[in-house]
Amino acid sequence: MAERILMTALSPTMEEGSIVSWKKSEGDAVASGDILCEVETDKATMDYESTQEGVLLRIVLPEGRSATVGQTIGIIGDQGEDVNGLLAEVEAEGERVAPGADTGETSVSAGHEAPTPAARSAEADSGGRAESGAAHIIKASPLARKLAQQKNIDLASIKGSGPDGRIVKRDVEQFSPGPATAAPTAVAGPAGQDRTIAVSGRRAVIARRLSQSKFEAPHYYVRDSVNVEAVIAARSMLNKQLPQKVGFNAFIIKFVAEALKRHPGINASWQENTIVQFGRIDIGLAVDAGNGLITPIVRNCGNRGVVDIDAELKRLIDKAQLNALTPEEYTGATFTISNLGSFGVEEFTAIINPPGAAILAVGETRPTPVADHNGELAVRPVMKITLSSDHRVIDGAAAAGFMHELKLMMENPARVLY
Amino acid sequence: MADIAIRDALRQALEEEMNRDERVFIMGEEVGEYNGAYKVTRGLLDTFGPRRVLDTPIAELGFTGLGVGAAIAGLRPVVEWMTFNFALLALDQVINNAAKMRHMSGGQLSCPIVFRGPNGPAEFLSSQHSQALQSLLVHVPGLKVVAPATPYDAKGLLKSAIRDDNPVVMLESEMAYAWTGDVPEGEYLVPIGKADVKREGKDVTLIVHSKPLRLALEAAEQLAAMDIDAEVVDLRSLRPLDEETIYRSVRKTNRAVVIDEAWPMASVGSHVAWLISHNCFDELDAQVELVCSEDVPMPYNHTLELAVQPSVEKVIRAVRKVCYTE
Repeated sequence: MAERILMTALSPTMEEGSIVSWKKSEGDAVASGDILCEVETDKATMDYESTQEGVLLRIVLPEGRSATVGQTIGIIGDQGEDVNGLLAEVEAEGERVAPGADTGETSVSAGHEAPTPAARSAEADSGGRAESGAAHIIKASPLARKLAQQKNIDLASIKGSGPDGRIVKRDVEQFSPGPATAAPTAVAGPAGQDRTIAVSGRRAVIARRLSQSKFEAPHYYVRDSVNVEAVIAARSMLNKQLPQKVGFNAFIIKFVAEALKRHPGINASWQENTIVQFGRIDIGLAVDAGNGLITPIVRNCGNRGVVDIDAELKRLIDKAQLNALTPEEYTGATFTISNLGSFGVEEFTAIINPPGAAILAVGETRPTPVADHNGELAVRPVMKITLSSDHRVIDGAAAAGFMHELKLMMENPARVLY
Repeated sequence: MADIAIRDALRQALEEEMNRDERVFIMGEEVGEYNGAYKVTRGLLDTFGPRRVLDTPIAELGFTGLGVGAAIAGLRPVVEWMTFNFALLALDQVINNAAKMRHMSGGQLSCPIVFRGPNGPAEFLSSQHSQALQSLLVHVPGLKVVAPATPYDAKGLLKSAIRDDNPVVMLESEMAYAWTGDVPEGEYLVPIGKADVKREGKDVTLIVHSKPLRLALEAAEQLAAMDIDAEVVDLRSLRPLDEETIYRSVRKTNRAVVIDEAWPMASVGSHVAWLISHNCFDELDAQVELVCSEDVPMPYNHTLELAVQPSVEKVIRAVRKVCYTE
């Protein structure tokens, strides 16, 4: 008996998915657990494992098209079975049917238009890159490799402009993981012409969740400047002894985790009738994955050292750049950090990332004149940090206490021993 | 400062050194009565007489050997070869005797001699008389090899070569004898083993020696109009080679084009390109390019003769390749 194959929710927040590629063709036998297709969800590209068995009789949703959870994407049954009746049913329900449906006239759901040809080829590109991974040799000049390593940029995320796509110095220098790369494509059309950009699944989720957070959680902001001289010294001392250099973010995460241990009221969540104080410290770090924000989470930071945190962070960021994070790796941060320092930003405020009740916005470390306790001026590396707090959970005094602790620790790392 | 030709700068060097040290003498074909095939020795016979300015028979192996013997015996000969093409006959004396004496005598003997003359293609001279043979000479430990391309460098290097206690080969160029440039009035030396940055730039390093210096500088001017700022390193000395100056420049520009009018295989150019690839690997943003003569005997047809040699156009093409602006 022929059955429908439905789009299922592959992540907790997924409402819609688009087919990146079908791994089975019409006529192929399908066993339970076989990968039917790759689906781009709101956060990642994931394999769709079949829970049904039989022969894939018809692909209803072609590659590059999207469907909401519960819609029919294919038909499975016995070899040679007639599917016309079922197809007619699907069609009658207004669902897309592959042959003849490529005109795009039948919209799947308002606000989620089919990808434009440009968007589709871009997806195909990134998909190909993710797949080929280890087998694919990235051509890059030795200098470009060295610069990318120094700047902590994954070569796979850079498009080369040299012969055969070789990545050269100028590509690394011009590469910016954030808005700067988006800008050139955004102005590709003639001057003055508006462009309509389809909202991707991920963009829609970012829009919904952050609007909800900003509208529902009463945000307020506590700001301070931190002299990070001691952190820089500690990091350079440690890095001299380590084969793999530990990044600055790992230190920030570690200090935040230690401050949260002493101020557990910040590591909490508003749950309407209750407030939950989390037993674990799971810190998310906002990462720009090229096509939208994602916050991979370093779990249990309270019990981990910087080297461990750094290794985990690198693994997660690499995966994030390839759109390969699993839902467990990016949902449920108890506290979040957003660092725009590498973009040259002095300070900013961030929107709280639920279920957490606070987020720390970190700016660039800049040489700044600072008066010491004798009133003498000296130039010191100073970083501005801004905590956004949900006032339903955290009162001003609590936020100030946490920020003060964090500042003292970073200025005198020995305080972590207290 | 005086604006003089390379041939006159060389003559000044010879004259000054012959006045300074009576052990210095010059010999070769037509250096005396005829004032030199390229007029480098003009007037020296009149000044110093036939004991110190010796016309030799057309017998390169013979008079080169005579020079090597005189050097070992305590004089400081300057042997002029009418061209390096003819000097091939004399290589046994240069390579097996001059270059080896200090080593094989355990330092008891030295061979303070200068071999000099025009090297490299001129024009309309066909295969046997248009060869850039520096690769054969720089190959040999025990020799020093210099290759100036300006009057200042020619004079300063020849004086240093004459004062050096080792055999020094000096490569001149027939086409460049008339090139002029400023030379200071007073005494000066150019040390052997020091390259010279003839033009500062930040985008690409052109490494060159001898006559092609001019086309490298011309290419740099044209590249400037294309917004490519080329640095020109004139090696001046091929052995010993000033590697530090090469690396400093390449580490700044991240790109190198080596220019050498010799053939490509086992040449100064290919060796320098290898040194850069080996020692500046992480600083390179592109492969090292080599602009050299085509791997063929020199054609007599003038169009082909020019086509097989390095040119401004070939240098610009190579630069655009390594700058990724093709």
